[in-house]
Amino acid sequence: MADPTKEESPAAQEAAAQDPTTQQNARVLALLHSLFGEATFTDVEEPYGLLTVTTKREHLHKIVAGLQQDETLKFHFLTTMCGIHYPENLNQELGMIYHLHSLVHNIRLRIKIFFPIADPVVPTLTDLYATANWMEREAYDFYGIIFTGHPNLRRILNVEDMDYHPMRKQYTVEDGTREDKTDLFFGR
Amino acid sequence: MDGERIISGVPTIGYIHRAFEKIAERRPFYQITPLTDRMNYCSSPINNMGWHMTVEKLLGVQVPKRAQYMRVIMMELARIADHLICNSILGVDTGAFTGFLYVFQEREKIYEIYEEVCGSRLTTNMGRVGGMERDFSPVAIEKLRKWLKEFPAVMKEFESMFNRNRIFMDRVVNVGPISAEKALNYGFTGPNLRAAGVDYDVRVMNPYSSYEDFEFDIPVGTNGDTYDRFLVRNEEIWQSLRIINQALDKLPDGPYHADAPHYYLPPKQAVYKNMEALIYHFKIIMGEIDAPVGEVYHSVEGGNGELGFYLISDGGRTPYRLHFRRPCFIYYQAYSDMVVGTSLSDAIVILSSMNVIAGELDA
Repeated sequence: MADPTKEESPAAQEAAAQDPTTQQNARVLALLHSLFGEATFTDVEEPYGLLTVTTKREHLHKIVAGLQQDETLKFHFLTTMCGIHYPENLNQELGMIYHLHSLVHNIRLRIKIFFPIADPVVPTLTDLYATANWMEREAYDFYGIIFTGHPNLRRILNVEDMDYHPMRKQYTVEDGTREDKTDLFFGR
Repeated sequence: MDGERIISGVPTIGYIHRAFEKIAERRPFYQITPLTDRMNYCSSPINNMGWHMTVEKLLGVQVPKRAQYMRVIMMELARIADHLICNSILGVDTGAFTGFLYVFQEREKIYEIYEEVCGSRLTTNMGRVGGMERDFSPVAIEKLRKWLKEFPAVMKEFESMFNRNRIFMDRVVNVGPISAEKALNYGFTGPNLRAAGVDYDVRVMNPYSSYEDFEFDIPVGTNGDTYDRFLVRNEEIWQSLRIINQALDKLPDGPYHADAPHYYLPPKQAVYKNMEALIYHFKIIMGEIDAPVGEVYHSVEGGNGELGFYLISDGGRTPYRLHFRRPCFIYYQAYSDMVVGTSLSDAIVILSSMNVIAGELDA
């Protein structure tokens, strides 16, 4: 069985370069760089063939709007978005991950932004995609990410008077103070 | 409300929120399958298979053709069961109870096939990471063939009861229409988007589990109203039948699961007699096997549209983060927009034609 984490040999890398997905991703990346400038994207990856770019939150709205209006790429479809919490990444603890889809060319793109937990403010995408409304409410509900310009930023799945954001990593599923049960061997 | 007219509406959701995404962060991969059952419980096998395929993609496991075809058969059966419920409930909401009772018998037969294949009916927990848990039994094949022979006649009767029925058409034609642009902007997928005229189907756009081997059409509507959604679902049932027939006829011989001992449970008999099998059994059950580091997005065409799984693995036994793209949750936000200006009785019809499944809505 092929181990996807293993370092690829030069021959395998050459074969990968011939792969249509890799070629398409390279073309999309070149377009992204020409549209928004190379410095906008701090990190570029291709996990399992899906082009993933990391950018700063200041650029996010401009990039997504540009991608939606771009005549060649036509990213008309916001597939999903979700929050994420990496407590050990200092000043980059929280993140938002967006999946865009160009239905015309069948290209998927993942955009990530990271920002400090003390200042979890992100521009809203509701003015671009109507579907962002509940997705952003969900991210607010579970991660406490504030979307500036959102028309109705309230909790959506949890009860209104909840006073914390449960998907943050400091909240474990089980009560951490329990003493009748230890989870030394199989716990995370 | 202004008399019978709806002026505005605000959906309040979350009443059966069960924190699946949080729970999943503490569970080994195979224990997450039962969680996916409980999202769209009208078509659990699609959720199960979608999850297995996501994990297989992360692990780099190649599933043999036979298992892929078996999965396709089960997923299309689930789609038929899902659409049958949605369309017949739409009939109930417009006052036609007979069609619902009639096709519920067929759903029961589908559930009996599930039972033969995996042992359970509603929340199926079907298949494993790496393939299916067991081969189709002769009884299962026999039941399936019998059902494939009998069902088309029932479906024809169901269609002739509704499709040109004056009373039904008066209730659904031009009720709750949505344009293609608006539907895309609201993130519609599946039959609801296709009723608006966009031929986006994950099975064709990003084929998985050998869907590229089968010949089928994607039905589309024109103006995305309740009637179009009804017709698109009916036609999809016929297309699913086509796929099942092809898959069953071409069902290849060979193993029904991948040769991936690290992830696929060994047969129970071998566990008692064979050292390696015992070790793998223990390691899998106790969640001792680490997954590779990586992140993967995989989507399948669920009963209601693009059902996506976004899995981030940090190399441990559980996902670091698992996000479900639940089509119901995403398109239900358009509902308040769609019902403004209609009457209360139309709002009920629109809701049932959108097929909002509470389990999937709230996760």
